[in-house]
Amino acid sequence: MSNTATVKTKEPLIRLTKRSTMPMWTKILIRAVAILLALGVSALFIFFITKLNPIDVYKTMWNGAFGGVNKAVKTLHRNVTIRDICTLLLLGIALAPAFKMRFWNCGAEGQMLMGGVGTAFVMINFANKGIPNGVLILIMLVASIIMGAIWGVIPAVFKAKYNTNETLFTLMMNYVAIQITSFCVAKWENPYGSNSVGIINQQTKAGWFPTIFGNKYALNIIIAVVFMIAMFIYLKHTKHGYEVAVVGESTNTAKYAGINVKKVIIRTMLFSGAVAGIAGFVGVAGVDHTISTSTAGGRGFTAIIVAWLAKFNTIVMVLITLLIVFLNRGATEIASKFSLNEHASDVIVGIILFFILGCEFFINYKMHFRKKAVKAEV
Amino acid sequence: MEQVISLIQAAVVFGTVIMFGCLGEIISEKAGNLNLGVPGIMYIGGIASLAAVFKYENAVAEPNKFLCVVIALAACFAASALAGLVYSFITITLRANQNVTGLTLTIFGSGLANFFGGSLNKMAGGVGQISVAATSEAFRSKIPGLSGAGVFGEIFFSYGFMVYVAIILAVVIRIFLKKTRTGLNLRAVGENPSTADAAGIKVTKYKYFATVIGAGISGFGGVFYVMDYIKGTWANDGTIEKLGWLAVALVIFATWKSLNAIWGAYLFGILYWAYFYIPNLTRASQELFKMIPYVVTIIVLLVTSFRKKKENQAPAHLGLPYFREDR
Repeated sequence: MSNTATVKTKEPLIRLTKRSTMPMWTKILIRAVAILLALGVSALFIFFITKLNPIDVYKTMWNGAFGGVNKAVKTLHRNVTIRDICTLLLLGIALAPAFKMRFWNCGAEGQMLMGGVGTAFVMINFANKGIPNGVLILIMLVASIIMGAIWGVIPAVFKAKYNTNETLFTLMMNYVAIQITSFCVAKWENPYGSNSVGIINQQTKAGWFPTIFGNKYALNIIIAVVFMIAMFIYLKHTKHGYEVAVVGESTNTAKYAGINVKKVIIRTMLFSGAVAGIAGFVGVAGVDHTISTSTAGGRGFTAIIVAWLAKFNTIVMVLITLLIVFLNRGATEIASKFSLNEHASDVIVGIILFFILGCEFFINYKMHFRKKAVKAEV
Repeated sequence: MEQVISLIQAAVVFGTVIMFGCLGEIISEKAGNLNLGVPGIMYIGGIASLAAVFKYENAVAEPNKFLCVVIALAACFAASALAGLVYSFITITLRANQNVTGLTLTIFGSGLANFFGGSLNKMAGGVGQISVAATSEAFRSKIPGLSGAGVFGEIFFSYGFMVYVAIILAVVIRIFLKKTRTGLNLRAVGENPSTADAAGIKVTKYKYFATVIGAGISGFGGVFYVMDYIKGTWANDGTIEKLGWLAVALVIFATWKSLNAIWGAYLFGILYWAYFYIPNLTRASQELFKMIPYVVTIIVLLVTSFRKKKENQAPAHLGLPYFREDR
């Protein structure tokens, strides 16, 4: 056989292999490049549609989220940004264990709403009964946990017992929850005929989060941080967390290892739903002081993206929620300043997410291009 | 009697919106791609057709109605298919997670549509001012002669042409998936891509075509909603998103069979509007009635998973990526 025989079969132009490891800084660099590219594409979008200078627009966005013309506005902007981060972060934390288990909980929206309904129910019916505010808030918390957990565990039970598709089940549960919320809003409406619950306990402020250290949102921050750390430890350093990881990697492996898969699925979704319910508690008692179908406002869906991009790491989630909330807050600001419409933020968020999702490919896979004039060695 | 007829009419018009969304999604899911971007795609299809027709109607003094319809449908299909292409590229070529990419597409699509919808309203002189009367009229024109033929005519012939297009499309998709070689290959890709690959079927190509064409069809739901359901106007009220999710629900309800989608869509329409025709409902109990389509879908989902009948299951590889190198 001659050594110069050329390969007859054409090698594909690009061949892919899975990367096993990649240095941390390269991963960060790839993601940073993706975000920059996305901002560039968004800038083109802004320029061609509105003819505004994208740099000005981004500057305005920055001011909307973190800055302001004077100190008061600045503090207000920052507080609102932090408040929004807390709620979205809690939802992301709620989804982390479910997603790590490869249980597609698309129902955080509904679980949060049910938590909010439970909270509002207690706020409306138990206030002015001589219960101290601290105790009232605790009862509200428990109510939200129970409601969220119930909403999360129903699809889990059927998934565990009958392998019912959880993506579609949890999606449908969202809309059932939305209708239940509308039902409650109609029942509790105040004043009559307004078709809204109005601000609950506006006079007494019963059940409202207290102002701590001069900050209205201190309790929001405390709850979010506590759950962020607790969930991080739960997933990384406990037996439960390990079981979740094994079930997520392979249910068969889990079964051989003697893990009760059904129990893990149900238990994890109880926690997931409960934390989403707490997000509803924070949304009602700590932010809106009312309940409506927009209490969750699509954040349950955004949280799916947060949890996925953070690879279920609750501490990384802070960065991603920061990015998304910054874009949303900033877009509200440009909407008012340049008389655009606030839906532009969804467009920019969408573009950035597409790029981040796409860039994961370059982290997970290595491309081998076909070398020119390959001579095979036989 | 009159009430029954008007309920049926409302149900058919409502059903047609979600039927288009559902039919496109069936094709995509049969190839194994769970595209949760349907609401976003319907948004994009709706706004693209509205914007294109708006330009056309403003450019000429006497808009040609036939041309209006063609422009609306072409703009919609192109824009929706493009959205489907973005989704396909990210999930199939770049292998990102389908659920997350689909949800992102929904966020992006609803943002894009409401952004332009709001701007078009502004260009037309204020909120709720945009109207493409000629096109909407063309979309809603009934078959002359037949629509007046008594109760029968009112129930079967009092709709715009898209209602019948949807039914025909459902039948065509059924024949395509069940009776043609290409349809069989497409189903094979959704059931077991590695076997399909081994049999020489180009998995990537099938997935791309199914998702892109499916997205194009789903987009028609948006056109029908904009041109017929709300009569050629635009409202930033999030209804399309709600209907988009119902379209996804309908796929399950129909157990991935396009013929079931026809009656399923109309049934959803009846369930959705029933509260309007039941006397003495309070507003609170109306809200509970609106829950029924979703509850019914959950029940169908449960029953199919209890019975485990092979022909009623989702495609085996639905939502899972296919990497040849992973084997």
